[in-house]
Amino acid sequence: MQHYQLDKCLPELYLLAVIAILLIQSVVRTQNDDSAAKNTNWVPWAAFIGIGVSLFSMGDEGVLFYAAYKVDALSQFFKLAISVGFFITTLNGLKPPAIKRTNRPDYFLFLGLSCWGLMLLSSAVELITIYVALEIASYSLYAVIPLRANDRRAAEAGIKYIMFGAVTTAIALYGFSYILATQHTSYIAELTAMDWSLAANPMAAVGLLFFMFGMMFKLAMFPFHWWCPDVYEGTANETAAFAATLPKLGAIVILVRLATLLKPDLEITMILAIFGAISMTLGNFAALAQKDVKRMLGYSSIAHAGYVVLGLVSGTQYGLAAASFYALIYLLMNLTCFWVICRIARDGENVTLSGLDGLYRREPVMAFVLAVSAFALVGLPPTAGFIGKLFLLNAAWEVGQYHWLVVVAVVNTAIAIYYYLSLVRHAYTHDGEPKAAKETVSLANLVWGGIFAGVLLILGAVPSSVFEWAMTAGKQLLP
Amino acid sequence: MHESLPILSALIFFPLGAAFLLMFMRGGDWTYRSFTLIVGIIECLIALPLIFGFQLDNPPPYQFVERMAWIPQWGLEYHLAVDGMSLLMIILSVALLPLCVLCSWTYIGKRVKEFHVNLLIMTAACVGIFAAMDFILFYIFWEAMLIPMYLLIAVWGGPERRYASIKFFLYTLAGSVLLLVAIIAFNYVGSTFQIPELTAMAGEGKFSESFQLWTFLAMSLAFAIKVPMFPFHTWLPAAHVQAPSAGSVLLASVLLKMGAYGFLRFSLPLCPQGSIEMAPIMIAISIASIIYGGFVALGQNDVKKLIAYSSVAHMGFVTLGIFMFHQQGGEGAIMVMLNHGIVTGALFMMVGAIYERSHSREIFDNMGLGKYLPAFMGFFGIFALSSFGFPGMNSFVGEALVLIGAFDSNLWWGFLCIPGAMLAAAYMLRLGLKMAWGEPPSPAGKNWADLNVREWVYLTPLAFLVFYIGLAPGLTMRVVTPSIEKVLEGFPDSGTMDGRTIVNLQEEHRQGLGEAMAEDGLTLSSAE
Repeated sequence: MQHYQLDKCLPELYLLAVIAILLIQSVVRTQNDDSAAKNTNWVPWAAFIGIGVSLFSMGDEGVLFYAAYKVDALSQFFKLAISVGFFITTLNGLKPPAIKRTNRPDYFLFLGLSCWGLMLLSSAVELITIYVALEIASYSLYAVIPLRANDRRAAEAGIKYIMFGAVTTAIALYGFSYILATQHTSYIAELTAMDWSLAANPMAAVGLLFFMFGMMFKLAMFPFHWWCPDVYEGTANETAAFAATLPKLGAIVILVRLATLLKPDLEITMILAIFGAISMTLGNFAALAQKDVKRMLGYSSIAHAGYVVLGLVSGTQYGLAAASFYALIYLLMNLTCFWVICRIARDGENVTLSGLDGLYRREPVMAFVLAVSAFALVGLPPTAGFIGKLFLLNAAWEVGQYHWLVVVAVVNTAIAIYYYLSLVRHAYTHDGEPKAAKETVSLANLVWGGIFAGVLLILGAVPSSVFEWAMTAGKQLLP
Repeated sequence: MHESLPILSALIFFPLGAAFLLMFMRGGDWTYRSFTLIVGIIECLIALPLIFGFQLDNPPPYQFVERMAWIPQWGLEYHLAVDGMSLLMIILSVALLPLCVLCSWTYIGKRVKEFHVNLLIMTAACVGIFAAMDFILFYIFWEAMLIPMYLLIAVWGGPERRYASIKFFLYTLAGSVLLLVAIIAFNYVGSTFQIPELTAMAGEGKFSESFQLWTFLAMSLAFAIKVPMFPFHTWLPAAHVQAPSAGSVLLASVLLKMGAYGFLRFSLPLCPQGSIEMAPIMIAISIASIIYGGFVALGQNDVKKLIAYSSVAHMGFVTLGIFMFHQQGGEGAIMVMLNHGIVTGALFMMVGAIYERSHSREIFDNMGLGKYLPAFMGFFGIFALSSFGFPGMNSFVGEALVLIGAFDSNLWWGFLCIPGAMLAAAYMLRLGLKMAWGEPPSPAGKNWADLNVREWVYLTPLAFLVFYIGLAPGLTMRVVTPSIEKVLEGFPDSGTMDGRTIVNLQEEHRQGLGEAMAEDGLTLSSAE
């Protein structure tokens, strides 16, 4: 077995090269603020090429680094998703108003490092590797979250994120020690064969649950969701767009890998399902009362974390494929929504619902994009959000034990419609103050917003070719 | 035969494409209006082959089939087809598009482009709902239709538009989420999403009784809210009153029919046993809808609200007809659906027209029209008379059939419906009386202009249909009968009641109808 086939890791290596350049830019000392050395306008282009690299390495397969690192359909699918997410977030955060110009290389450096950690995470198939990759992805985020000029809420958000993150990773590590102590291996491939029922192996089952807590924290899933609304609200809009989407992908990919251990009748699976149900219900109910759009999206992402569980507990290849596909859709629809928020908040302020009033008149394209992303987030056809949710529901129904979870999920859709609809309602039916004639969203930003909305609609109409990638991953995981 | 011509796809994608074009179009409001009008007329022309190519004699169960793989991983297909009942509904939805453009020509003054984009998307979704033969595809159109309808009410509606639109959205969405679960459950048991296949399986008794009961309940909640049946109807008056007149027309003529269509296409064929078990309850609330809707309509002073409540009553006739599992009842239900679509649509258009003159929907602000706006009142009279089932007009056909079915199935059901039918006459005559006679409350009322050319253009075809279907329902009946037969196949005491065959029944009811009409001095001129 070849342990160092670096040609299989092209997306990671490419991103590492981008990070290296950013690191140089970051440490260069400059006299004036406008120095070319701090110019980061090239990053989205580089990230765009990164999507190409990830597409190019779609379908690669291999086991590297002494079986700790696996390049398979699942990892490549998520690497593609991460590349897309990195591209959109860099494009989105090109000129963040709340972040000083000289800090931009650092900003992108941390975002890139976090993405790099997530890419490693999507290939990690050994618990220690997972842990290390998770920390790479997290540490850089800890640094980025408080980066918001003169805003104390950002500092609060940063501290909350670090504290919660530290505690949950400690719990995860503790759980890992239980697993290692009882099952004597840390390779997922070998762990799959073990018995994870509480009766047969209580310590291991508890250990696995604890280990999953680490992922649930990243995913902002009940009971580790408290940080989410505060962090979204506190941090800069562009950072929130990143923190709301990409780290979730990392968590989902690991949960998908761990879900191969979860037979539907296990106690842990049931616990996960219950957490999922509580997560979606709680997230949706809490979101109903929010006035701050980012905070609302924070609660909505708690609900979405619950939906993903539908695919994880099913224990079928369809379920895992649906969860992976939903991760991609989740990324796209949230980034689309944040795209609008970041464009509207010209000074980097938080956007409230009433701040959206009259958007249709000020920025008709942005209003349309917002409406598409809101309807996608509800899961209304003909958007990709519906298709993603349909796949999840369908997969979960195949397993007899979780019919109730499906019903909880659809009832939640009906709850969720109210607050997503209020985005549309404020943008379209309230006239707002007649003051600002037009906001100056540049043509390029409008076009990109239109493209994202178009992608959501197209993926909703013809998802089969993209879903096929996820399906291949599912088939490989559970043949 | 027709595989080479994807007419149904054309009917869906042509307005969608036009909506997309319209979004990027620049020009005055007049340009947007006339563009949409032309699109609407072309859309009607596209629908013509559907009418003329529809096989009436020995029809195959589904015609104009278009079928291809869509999401093969989950067995989803892009599968469109029509049968008799969906054909009528599609034609109704398509024909309403140009009429809606015409009736909003001066009514809609702001954001004209977006309004017409919504109308076009709405039409596409409506055609999709009635043509989809893949359950998920159906659901997609079913839900997608909510968005343009929501915007129509929320943006162009009256003063309470936000409340009304959200109520509409929440009610209908909350109802239909369980429909999705039922769809998924059907796929789990039958491992297909294709409606013809599922229907065949239900015919073979592949679905257990408890399964049928649960899926029936899950699906029927969605349909009952959409119809709307009595306890779930409260969104309707709010939405109707606040919606712009084109929105009200679409709501009354197409949206409400989707619920009834859902019952006929899904609830009955897929869960026959469940339907039989639940039929007494459904019939009870249908009769409750008829009487309740009638009584409440009697007390309204807002013309739109009155017509909205009358819709509840009319749709009660539809669901009654459906759940008697009776051939004439079922045919009557579809006839009421179609005729209610024509008549109530026309009434809402007229209310919109008078609102443009008086800026009020109160009956008392719109009195004395007979003297000053004779043409207007003439048309209004025609539609109002037809609405309560005056013989010789279209609504009579459907309601008579439903009543025949009701008396035939169970004497009590028939008796209970009679007050409903009388109430309809009472509230409609009260409305017509007040509006035709008296004096306008304000002197300005004497100077209101009578119908202009545009209004003549969109009212005349509807008035023509009122009499055409009223006097010669034969053609429409021939389209409908086979689909009802098919729906009622699984039901023991329906199609071949007392050993009589369908043909006999048809003959009988045609005679019955002829006699009923002869009493009123009218003749039944069959189109055959």
